[in-house]
Amino acid sequence: MSDTHAASVPYVRDTMLPQNAPPSTAQGPVKWVRESLFSSIPYTILTLAALYVIYLILSGFLPWLLGGVWTTSNIRECREVLDGAQAGCFSVLTERWNQLLFGIAYPQDGYWRPTAAFVLLFVAVAPVLFGNLPRWLILFTVLYPFIAFWLIWGGSLFVPLSALLAALIGYVIYSRIVKKSFAGAFFAGLLAGGVAWVVFSFITPQLSGVLALEPVASRNMGGFMLNMILGVICVSLSLPLGILLALGRQSSLPIIKLICVVFIEFIRGVPLITLLFVANVVLAYFLPPGTNFDLILRVIIMITMFASAYIAEVIRGGLAALPRGQYEAADSLGLDYAQAMRLIILPQALKISIPGIVNVAVGLFKDTTLVSIISMFDLVGMIRGPILASTDWNGVYWELWGFAALLFFVVCYGISQYSQWLERQLQTDHH
Amino acid sequence: MAEQAQALNVSNEVAISIENMNKWYGTFHVLRDIDLTVYRGERIVIAGPSGSGKSTLIRCINALEEHQKGRIEVDGTVLSSDVKNIDKIRSEVGMCFQHFNLFPHLTILENCTLAPIWVRKTPKKEAEEIAMHFLEKVKIPDQADKYPGQLSGGQQQRVAIARSLCMRPRIMLFDEPTSALDPEMIKEVLDTMVELAEEGMTMLCVTHEMGFARQVANRVIFMDEGQIVEQNEPEEFFNNPQSPRTKLFLSQILGH
Repeated sequence: MSDTHAASVPYVRDTMLPQNAPPSTAQGPVKWVRESLFSSIPYTILTLAALYVIYLILSGFLPWLLGGVWTTSNIRECREVLDGAQAGCFSVLTERWNQLLFGIAYPQDGYWRPTAAFVLLFVAVAPVLFGNLPRWLILFTVLYPFIAFWLIWGGSLFVPLSALLAALIGYVIYSRIVKKSFAGAFFAGLLAGGVAWVVFSFITPQLSGVLALEPVASRNMGGFMLNMILGVICVSLSLPLGILLALGRQSSLPIIKLICVVFIEFIRGVPLITLLFVANVVLAYFLPPGTNFDLILRVIIMITMFASAYIAEVIRGGLAALPRGQYEAADSLGLDYAQAMRLIILPQALKISIPGIVNVAVGLFKDTTLVSIISMFDLVGMIRGPILASTDWNGVYWELWGFAALLFFVVCYGISQYSQWLERQLQTDHH
Repeated sequence: MAEQAQALNVSNEVAISIENMNKWYGTFHVLRDIDLTVYRGERIVIAGPSGSGKSTLIRCINALEEHQKGRIEVDGTVLSSDVKNIDKIRSEVGMCFQHFNLFPHLTILENCTLAPIWVRKTPKKEAEEIAMHFLEKVKIPDQADKYPGQLSGGQQQRVAIARSLCMRPRIMLFDEPTSALDPEMIKEVLDTMVELAEEGMTMLCVTHEMGFARQVANRVIFMDEGQIVEQNEPEEFFNNPQSPRTKLFLSQILGH
């Protein structure tokens, strides 16, 4: 049939060809190995060289890791046990485990409290991270900051409870007015919540012993717990703040725009470490003498401002990448500014910005180790200070820093994997 | 005005009245002294070379573009910088764009129910029924759960029309609705528009589809350099153009 058609110029196809599977040589593992590892002589040489390098690394690392000592109580004992063998003294991790995680000053019988807060964190973030979970779980997410505060800092349950109540009052006021004016409702809610908080703060000291956990001062927080506290709080605060800054920078109101531009450009132009020094030392000069402004709170404010300036710029990129037609379509349907932003513009702009936001979040989490420079004992501060300086463990570098790197890597890699999963979930163009 | 409406063979109720409207982009004078009265039920096609201001004109009607001088009144509401008036007009005036501008992160059904739910405060269930009604009308009810990116251009434009119709607009604006479509898909969109016109919708269409203009329009407006150069009934407009500029334009688009 085909040759008769090929010979004649006028041509009409009478049957359409069905879809066929590709030939067997074009698929399967054999094809993959041949094509990607040994496709030519230079490639073969490179593959073999790479395998040799991998072998060298593993042959040095694996005996060090697997032959390590886990049960001695100081470095001298450990070296005796090892007897000249090249292996790790991991007993520093087991012996100083609690210090690495919680710092030196956290009460020992209270370790379960930050641990519980850590476990509950996963329950709290789950409904935010995964949209297919039942919606009522979000209630726990709302309660979580108050629970976690109570667990970690201790004190009377009435302190976080009154904060929750103040927040609720603010929210009720907000939701009453929001239909008339978003900005009015926002500030009225903020004001009502603040007033309620001040009123409650006169009452709560009288209840200080009721339903109380042993209070722990902020200066006694330490170890990886401190990194987690700073990381989680700062990421969750800087994202909404960054969105507001990005929208403010695009605003048509010149004053708001100016404030946002100046804030973003100033904060981005200053190293984080100087902001932390400001938080630690300089801020004290500006506050009235005798005020005790919590150090962790000061650090949280500085890191949040720093990260939110970066996130604002990332989101501005996302907003700029949206075609103008999306704004026009939202406008032409009669949506107002808040609706257009919330329903149309931000969901798309944030989706575009995910890689950038995650970049900032991961960077922020690692930057929490900078607080060790202003003499807070986070994981890095603990290792540099109390542990390496002690006569017991002076000189155990690889094991400690390797452990610190591993902890940060696990968290950051988890964030990165989640973000990639989320990007695939949100992909709506090609199914 | 009543005689004029009678001459055009439509109701004498005014839908849009534009008086002495001017617009500048910076110092560039895009629209000059536009006077236009649109009666309810009119189907107006606006034609003209690119850059003549025809898209800008219809985008001024729902305030996607701001005019600097003159008066626009839509459905009895005067267009001013008052945001309340603008939102009111926008919810009464539907618009279709050259590039559809569907919301890619929402399904077809969500695209159609969004504005009724948030702007009209229609209950979700009812909004979905309305949406399905109009999706059936544009003949794609079976695509309701897909995303815009999975549809062909013609289907997307029909969804965009359905999305506008879900707001039950009294006036529809079309900004070159078929210019970004493959030739095979132009007809399905035009058919939908013809059907809409036959039901008595007030329509302003910027388009190069002269066949559509002949078939549906009751008035054709020719614009050049930001001014209305000529307007007439389609028969007269195509067979007996008066201005030399119109003659040149028609000879260029019909002469191949």
